[in-house]
Amino acid sequence: MTSPAQTHVLVDLQSVNKHYGPLHVLQNINLQVTKGEVVVVIGPSGSGKSTLCRAINRLETIDDGDIFIDGKKIPAEGKELARMRADVGMVFQSFNLFAHKNILENVTLGPIKVRGVAKPEAEKDAMALLERVGVGKQANKLPAQLSGGQQQRVAIARALAMKPKVMLFDEPTSALDPEMIQEVLDVMIGLAKDGMTMIVVTHEMGFARRAADRVVFMADGQIVEEATPEQFFTNPQSTRAKDFLSKLITN
Amino acid sequence: MDNYLSLFTQYNIPAAFWVNIQLTFWAAIGALVIGTILALMRISPVPSFEAFGAGYVNIIRNTPLTIILLFGVLALYNQLGFRLSDDFQTNFFRLAVMGLSIYHAAFVCEAIRSGVNTVPQGQAEAARAIGLGFLQSASLVILPQAFRGAIVPLGNVLIALIKNTTVAAVGSVAVEASSVMKTALEFRGDIIIPIFLTFAIGFVIIVIPVGLLTTWLSKKLAVAR
Repeated sequence: MTSPAQTHVLVDLQSVNKHYGPLHVLQNINLQVTKGEVVVVIGPSGSGKSTLCRAINRLETIDDGDIFIDGKKIPAEGKELARMRADVGMVFQSFNLFAHKNILENVTLGPIKVRGVAKPEAEKDAMALLERVGVGKQANKLPAQLSGGQQQRVAIARALAMKPKVMLFDEPTSALDPEMIQEVLDVMIGLAKDGMTMIVVTHEMGFARRAADRVVFMADGQIVEEATPEQFFTNPQSTRAKDFLSKLITN
Repeated sequence: MDNYLSLFTQYNIPAAFWVNIQLTFWAAIGALVIGTILALMRISPVPSFEAFGAGYVNIIRNTPLTIILLFGVLALYNQLGFRLSDDFQTNFFRLAVMGLSIYHAAFVCEAIRSGVNTVPQGQAEAARAIGLGFLQSASLVILPQAFRGAIVPLGNVLIALIKNTTVAAVGSVAVEASSVMKTALEFRGDIIIPIFLTFAIGFVIIVIPVGLLTTWLSKKLAVAR
């Protein structure tokens, strides 16, 4: 743990509110994530955790409150917003690899078109990233030719290729067959060990225990509890969290 | 039989069809360019662009082509002196291409939009998430997939365009097939039905390969998901 003097807040949500019609999906959310920290957001379906994750790079707009990335308020739209998004890596539940481009092109598109990196250099970096996530041999295939686990690892490489300040994971293993979950989690654990700042929405409690610095428990649009994984899983404070965890254990 | 064959020496029928093919070629390019821009406007986040695109499509799509082509010749050229060439024939040809392009662009736009609907929302989100702006997301990620998903509807627009080039007759393009057919019908009352059949079959021969080609292309270029 870094001392307060050294803490560098990368993601800062202040009194964030969002409504879907009458549904108040994010209720006065305050959350700070410091550099190098791995925050796992868990909670029942419909608790607002995915919305929270997507709000951080403005794939969801918010009604009020402020979100700061590395001290800068998220721009509303246009080039400024695009520039901010380039610094925030996003991994989706449904992978969302560009279906008409091969694996290598998926990873190089952002660096070439957004960062202005020369093609040979972008390809070299992309190949290194693809090797790192274990799909180097698939570089010339199309996304549909890969398994779900492989696609999700490519999606992680695509986000990393932008050299993001923070990575957002929106239920990255929820669409995977059980035997493919671990290969994706292993890549994520490796990233966490390398010091990447990560916000991970997941149902994988094993990952939360192994890799998280902090667990944020959400229910009904509110952050109900924040604790270290150890504290949260062994001694949850709120009845809502106790209820949630007891259901997980019985399942 | 000799009676019928003399039709071909009397009138240069292949040349007449060639005019329709040329009208199709240039109008297809024009309609594709305008239609793509309109589709971009209709999916853009800027409300005024969206409104312009929707307005264009709803006005032009619901106006008869005959009126658009007549407007080009009688209003733009005759009344306002607007011309696209000093050569009489070329001017009418280009005015017809312009009218055909403007009209079919509305249908191209809607065909492309139907293609955009085949692209999952997540593709656009992933494009934005790596920092691509609207135009980059559209040109690099969404439209390349949308076109592949829109080949059959675009082919249908092309087929309609090929046949609609005959309406250029009202736009004073006197050398295209239906104008030649009308002249032939006036002077060759002895073979009226064969003349009709000749021109009908001529269009069928041009159109059938387009349908086959688009079906084949749509399968070959389908985006695997």
